[in-house]
Amino acid sequence: MNKPAWNKDYQAPSGWDTMFFGASNGVGILPTPNSGFRTFHPVVDQDACIHCNLCWIYCPEGCIEKETGKMVVDMDYCKGCGICANECPRKCISMVKDGEQDE
Amino acid sequence: MSKKAFLSANEAAAHGVRLCRPDVVAAYPITPQTTLVEKLADFLADGEADFRYMMVESEHSAMAAALGASMMGARTFTASSSQGLLYMCEMLSYVSGARHPVVMVDANRATATPWNIYGDQRDVFAMRDSGWIMLFAENGQEALDMVIQAYKLAEDPEVMTPVMVNLDGFTLTHTYDLVEIPEQEEVDAFLPPFKTSNKLDLEDPKTLCQTVGPDFHMEGRYLQQQAFEKAKEKIAAYDREYGEMTGRSYGGMIEEYRCEDAELVLVTTGSVSGTTRIVVDCLREEGKKVGMIRVRSYRPFPKEYFDSIKDRFAAMGVIDRSLSFGLEGTLYSEVKAELYGGSAKLVNFIVGLGGRDIPKDLIAMMYDKLDRMQKNEAEEEVQFLGMRW
Amino acid sequence: MAINLKNMSDQELIYGAKTCQGCGAIMAARMAMKILGEKTCLATPACCFAATTTVYPQSAIFVNNVITAFPALAATASGMAVAAEAMGWGDDVNILALAGDGGTVDIGLQGLSGAAERNDNIIYICYDNEAYMNTGVQRSASTPYGSWTTTTPTGPCSKGEKNKIKKNLFEIMIAHRVPYAATASVAYPIDFMEKVEKARKIKGCKVIHVSAPCPTGWGYDPSKTVEIGKKAVEAGLWQLAEWEGSGKPRLTYQPKELSPVEPYLKMQKRFKHLQPEDIQEIQELRDAQWQRIMETYDK
Repeated sequence: MNKPAWNKDYQAPSGWDTMFFGASNGVGILPTPNSGFRTFHPVVDQDACIHCNLCWIYCPEGCIEKETGKMVVDMDYCKGCGICANECPRKCISMVKDGEQDE
Repeated sequence: MSKKAFLSANEAAAHGVRLCRPDVVAAYPITPQTTLVEKLADFLADGEADFRYMMVESEHSAMAAALGASMMGARTFTASSSQGLLYMCEMLSYVSGARHPVVMVDANRATATPWNIYGDQRDVFAMRDSGWIMLFAENGQEALDMVIQAYKLAEDPEVMTPVMVNLDGFTLTHTYDLVEIPEQEEVDAFLPPFKTSNKLDLEDPKTLCQTVGPDFHMEGRYLQQQAFEKAKEKIAAYDREYGEMTGRSYGGMIEEYRCEDAELVLVTTGSVSGTTRIVVDCLREEGKKVGMIRVRSYRPFPKEYFDSIKDRFAAMGVIDRSLSFGLEGTLYSEVKAELYGGSAKLVNFIVGLGGRDIPKDLIAMMYDKLDRMQKNEAEEEVQFLGMRW
Repeated sequence: MAINLKNMSDQELIYGAKTCQGCGAIMAARMAMKILGEKTCLATPACCFAATTTVYPQSAIFVNNVITAFPALAATASGMAVAAEAMGWGDDVNILALAGDGGTVDIGLQGLSGAAERNDNIIYICYDNEAYMNTGVQRSASTPYGSWTTTTPTGPCSKGEKNKIKKNLFEIMIAHRVPYAATASVAYPIDFMEKVEKARKIKGCKVIHVSAPCPTGWGYDPSKTVEIGKKAVEAGLWQLAEWEGSGKPRLTYQPKELSPVEPYLKMQKRFKHLQPEDIQEIQELRDAQWQRIMETYDK
């Protein structure tokens, strides 16, 4: 998946030698996931999907994989907003409560 | 060979800026800073300097643009005064907290209202806790030299803190004096090109001026305090180094004038020091044991110095061209705090607000008052001098 | 090359932000960055975007970025652009300024006017969620007439926001004769991204005002952000337009027939207090605005 990933091994500064200077930091650091925002997650009917990429471009999080022939979602960063399901022209995405049957 | 020219302190400071080869200058005009930014424009027009000159639409934007430029790794300058400095206030702490070594000149001027374009120091003292190093020059020559040293200090890797060079409005900014202008090669040798890793970089991308919550905020502030502690040594060290090159050395965070055997001293900042010097010389000829302590660096404050002179003088007066309403002169509060527990009798003279002249006889009167205090005569602690009534 | 979803980069340069579910602002940022790419220095003031992307140690932006003071975005970005030129960063570096409506049309307008007048080489994108959302939905000069906010609460003596006209950033920028100005909506990504692409290729101060619906502040289900953005355009309450430095502004999309404003308003809690006569008034205001556009814009 061509996505940034949750920096699971992120270590906060532990002393003056690792303390940041001024108000500076690197870029692209994700010490925590966003899955805690989510109550429902998208489930796609892969056979009905026409790979139009509308869900991909509309996803505010950018967490849907583009053109893999199969809709794949980065569940660390999907917040479950449901825009993908709402905008799907084939209505082949459904929002399923987390922890319930996917298929 | 350096050359001499008849310059106002604003023009002298502009020469200092030119010699530091800034990459970006962002400024907005305000009396009495204007002749400085005009001189910088002249340098560009005459092909004597090469920097990008941003004539922005406000002082707030001047400091914001300076921040933006500094974040790209540019050596950056701005200048302002009074209401303009107050308008910049919000950006001052952005620049200092993110540790960008911008240098600015503040042409010290009264703050409204009543509207008043003349000199006093209530503008800079209102910015006391902005996180900027604050230096005060006494004359045009020192203005030029101080700007150059300011860049050296600000960009020192152990300091990396912006510096404000203060020039008394009109008394310095618009009065002319013979000023020696160093050669470019001399300044280049003293001040190398600005290098920092605290900037945006395509090879090593950064987040700058980030948000920091309670978990790491205090540590950053502690490091800023450490930088100011480092600056204390460096102000004196760079003054010495500059002195070796130019023959002009000013003494670090403070300068003592005829204090060796003095019993009565006045503590000064900026241009009033020149007048005080003359009065000291006159009184010395009369056999009076008087001296002057000139504060060159207000932040960092010469705390250790004042701690060390607690019992050295019989009476000390602090001249303030500022006032913290409901208390006393701003400089006085701080000097008094450091002298706590000492034997010197203390008095605060509030003078020169809104450009009111501070003549020699007024300074002589201050020494008279110190003399009476030494003889245990009562004096009010905070005195407004030079009032109409 | 025309922009389409097939050829668009799958690289994500804004990722993992702590924005609310269905946030229009982060959509705008992500779409813009797909066009501008890695050689971008992004500046943003204190706003929703800053507060959700760069609270230490998190950094949900994958390019050089800075936060500046609320009124200071345009001037900070100007300083960056001028320094980039002075320091030889190269012509292919984009200085992107990204702010909300409050940071642009209220507290940031003076600085933006200065940057526009100087024509500093920046791309300024205002994501418009029609109130101060980061501080908890207070009204701004971009809050529409009749809208509830926490500072325009509704009650027996109040029908929400009183001012009938949103401050028109697009036309203010045209008056500055910037080389490129546009309006857009996150609900029309190709249109928006084409405008960003045009802006990228022009030197000078480019300004894009993009409508970015906000589920939290407007009061609708987060899944409806795109739907509601489209409804605003279809109802003529927002326009997709551009101005390329001369002539008349041009609509880049024109609904065949404007739909009624009521379905759009009724989808949102911020308008739920409106009575039929209020909705009628909003529709009449829309008609007047639309007529003016028809008279002064190219179609």
